[in-house]
Amino acid sequence: TDTVPPQVVPGADPSARQLCFAWGPAEVLVCETLFGRAGGSRSRAGAAARVLTGSVAGTGEGAPSSSRVFVVRRDQDIYIQTLRKLFNESHGIFMGLQRSEEELTGKSRKAQLVQVSKNYRSVMRACMEDMHQAAVSTRDPVLQGQYSTQVSILSAMELIWNLCEILFVEAAAAGPLLLRLLDWVRLHVCDVDSMVREVLSSENPSKHKLFWNVVDVFVLQGRMDEARHLLSKEASANPTSMNMHKILDDLMKKMPMPSLGNTQTLTELELKWQHWHEECQRYLQDGTFASNPHMESICKILLGDEDAILEKKELMTTWYHFLVTRLLYSHPTVKPMELRFYAQSSMDLFLGGESTPEPLDMILMAAFEFEMHQVIKECSIVLSNWWFVAHLTDLLDHCKLLQSHNLYFGSNMREFLLLEYASGLFSHHSLWQLGVDYFDHCPEYGRVYLELHIERIPLSTEQKALKVLRICEQRQMNEQVRSICKIMAMKALRNNRLGSALSWSIRAKDAAFATLISDRFLKDYCERGCFSDLDLIDNLGPSMLLSDRLTFLGKYREFHRLYGEKRFSEAARLLLTLMTAHIAPCSFWMTLLTDALPLLEQKEVIFSAEQTYELMRCLEDLTAGNPDKQKFQDDDVETTKVEMLRLALARNLARVIVKEGTVEGS
Amino acid sequence: AMEDVSAKFVSQKISRTRWRPLPTAALQPPDLFATGSWDNEDNRISIWSAGDLGNAGLNGEYHGEPHLLCDIQHNGDVMDMQFLDQERIVVASSTGTVTIFRHHQNNQTLSANHRWEKAHYHVDQDTSCGGAACTGVVCSNPEIVTVGEDGRINLFRADQKDAVRTIDNADSSTLHAVTFLRTTEILTVNSIGQLKIWDLRQQRNEPSQIFSLAGDRVPLHCVDRHPNQQHIVATGGQDGMLSIWDIRQGTMPVSLLNAHEAEMWEVHFHPSDPDHLFTCSEDGSLWHWDTSTNVSEKSSFLHQGGRSTAYLSHSTINQSVVSAWLSNDPTKDRMEITNLVPNQTLSVNSLDVLGPCLVYGTDAEAIYVNRQLFA
Repeated sequence: TDTVPPQVVPGADPSARQLCFAWGPAEVLVCETLFGRAGGSRSRAGAAARVLTGSVAGTGEGAPSSSRVFVVRRDQDIYIQTLRKLFNESHGIFMGLQRSEEELTGKSRKAQLVQVSKNYRSVMRACMEDMHQAAVSTRDPVLQGQYSTQVSILSAMELIWNLCEILFVEAAAAGPLLLRLLDWVRLHVCDVDSMVREVLSSENPSKHKLFWNVVDVFVLQGRMDEARHLLSKEASANPTSMNMHKILDDLMKKMPMPSLGNTQTLTELELKWQHWHEECQRYLQDGTFASNPHMESICKILLGDEDAILEKKELMTTWYHFLVTRLLYSHPTVKPMELRFYAQSSMDLFLGGESTPEPLDMILMAAFEFEMHQVIKECSIVLSNWWFVAHLTDLLDHCKLLQSHNLYFGSNMREFLLLEYASGLFSHHSLWQLGVDYFDHCPEYGRVYLELHIERIPLSTEQKALKVLRICEQRQMNEQVRSICKIMAMKALRNNRLGSALSWSIRAKDAAFATLISDRFLKDYCERGCFSDLDLIDNLGPSMLLSDRLTFLGKYREFHRLYGEKRFSEAARLLLTLMTAHIAPCSFWMTLLTDALPLLEQKEVIFSAEQTYELMRCLEDLTAGNPDKQKFQDDDVETTKVEMLRLALARNLARVIVKEGTVEGS
Repeated sequence: AMEDVSAKFVSQKISRTRWRPLPTAALQPPDLFATGSWDNEDNRISIWSAGDLGNAGLNGEYHGEPHLLCDIQHNGDVMDMQFLDQERIVVASSTGTVTIFRHHQNNQTLSANHRWEKAHYHVDQDTSCGGAACTGVVCSNPEIVTVGEDGRINLFRADQKDAVRTIDNADSSTLHAVTFLRTTEILTVNSIGQLKIWDLRQQRNEPSQIFSLAGDRVPLHCVDRHPNQQHIVATGGQDGMLSIWDIRQGTMPVSLLNAHEAEMWEVHFHPSDPDHLFTCSEDGSLWHWDTSTNVSEKSSFLHQGGRSTAYLSHSTINQSVVSAWLSNDPTKDRMEITNLVPNQTLSVNSLDVLGPCLVYGTDAEAIYVNRQLFA
């Protein structure tokens, strides 16, 4: 039911011209058509919506003046140079996670998954730092703005991920849950860090005008030791209020905290906490801190007084900080499922109707409500990349948290999001290689997606073609293997590189194409009287058997070699076999018979009587079987050739009969 | 050990990594290397400082990971790359162009020093002339030899505008790599499993010797020659197999060693300790082949030289080391093989070794430096 607000393609003016579009694998092409818009200017949003729902009519009819084509990409962030580090490094983590599949169980499996989650976050943080550095070092204000935007997007992504890690991946239980949330707030609420640094580095912190603010920050974040340390400085400067200081310090020191180990039960903690709470209450009521409003307010905070905490709104900056502070001092043993109530009321109290929640607030709220699908859905809508939701969903899926959820389209949410992300990678000039592994881990549609995308990779060099080919061969994508080899063979053929063309068709075991190239070789031979690319033809090896014509080419070349080496009887036998075993195409028989001529004219007899008869039969078959007899007879050269052959054969027969008779007779 | 390896993601797919050669008398390990990228819309040649592990630099800075000194845009994919001397790098492009870049160390900049446009090209059926990828380059200052998809061999001199010698259609299939055998002889490997020797003094356009793999003509992608024993040659093939050839005898490899599961993109003998050999592959692995395990005396690493000068030096030869590569049965107890990149998924396209240092680059857009190879 949610709809994404319509956006206008920047640069396009739907109010002036009608637009048309065509879907691509990961992008949409939008172009302006010849047709003006009769209705004048409509609302931009309405017109833009038309862009995305309009018909394809008018494609390609744009006049030269309006022939602008816009490429609308679904995953903008894929094209941000500094994020390539994120894509590449997280690819390694993703692959590690897929490999780790189910090796471990129980606690160690959970520890492993938490570690994976932390690795993803550290990549985000590293990227954020790089981006921050880039923003600081650039002088271009536009670029600086872009970098800063990216920093805040990455920071929000990491904030959400970290919360999901605590609530879903680690699934921290009551007790440790609060400690994790405190860490989360300390890590992400950094607006006050500079103030803390300023006060701490000043000569006399306790006299600094922001001194009490810093103490409050520490208390609000539960950083008791740091708060006590600061307070002790103030105490030594005010010997009169020594007792008051000592009592507050004692209260802060004694504050019971949940532990990560199993050293205490929740009941024990609650008991201690209750006791400590009552003690605080007592000191507040008997007016121990009445003379110092700062210390009184700290005591109220320790008691979880909502108004006192809310007074420090500026120091907390966000409602989720308020939430965690409130939990720390009112409900330290909060259970995961109770979070939603405190979260909702904290947001309401904090925002107080003054401002409406931002998308980030809604996402965090959904996480506190354990609405995982809502988190993913909101992130998909708000973020300009698929990276975040694809990887987070995959991780949650590995935690076995998403299994019940099937989409009414596609397969399941994990696969759907991974497919979207990988498609984005494939639309990128360089990142397509990463996409392959993501498709591999989409059991239902990954293969089909890969097949469709891989064919669109431009094969600029043989090296790149080899890499694409390897991907296809490893996955037995025979159709694509054939197509790549054919493209490369065609390219080589166009460039007159017959040798390369042949090796590509041999690799694809493409018999038809090998035949085509063999014919080109033979044609060249007939025209020039010599072979080109001997180094290849002499070394065909077993690949010669790929096509009949290739076999013939190899054997025919062998005949020439034998002849060249004066191994005449071997050459003669091979020549005859080429015809009698029908290895040679009929169109080539005349050439072969002509090749026999010099062998028939040798001083010593080479063809036996039987072989000579066979040669004669070949010649007669050829002249008789030729349907185009008329033409054959008209051709003087051909006729002379046939006559010469007949004569040579007859003479050879005579010589061989004499010779064989003599040998037998002796 | 893994902790000695520093990595850096560089946001470009790396096709070549090369250490800058050290001056002949240098004792310190190499500190600078060059990389080339491929398959980017904007490809680059970059010069990196390897960074110090544990030690502070001269200016007192600490660099754990490689850091960029300077880079320059390059037209087309970087197909191969070789240092000509301390300052100049020869780069082979997929556009067929061969460029010499100069690294100005005083102000850390790179500039194009000389360029042979379309040194490799196709003449198609319409006799229009298009560039063909230059797949390999090797140099021995001032001579530069290039090979390409067009089956052509070019001999250039760094100081001359035109090619000194060109052998058109030297090979009917694609030439994948080239290296020097001796000062006037080169070795090439091609896409139908052949290793050829060419004598550049001879005027005829034919190889002086052809060696080839038996059986299926598996394409060969890389070649390197033993730095001291010039008759020992290593090649890597499309099936990931490592072949060792003795070019004094026979026409087939002496040994075939099963290695990678996909194309072997580069093979390098260690220039000063050649009982060590390194190979990398499309399957994402990088292997260290060590035949020194049974040799009592380990050669010293004090003798260091860049690859471009290594073949000129004549150091003493340890016969037992040599026979280890030529042994007909290089069984596992004589050869220790280690994969230096576990769990990698994308191709390791290039590697280079010099002294105790290894640098390699991947399609996962990262470069890695290992400064304690033999620790």
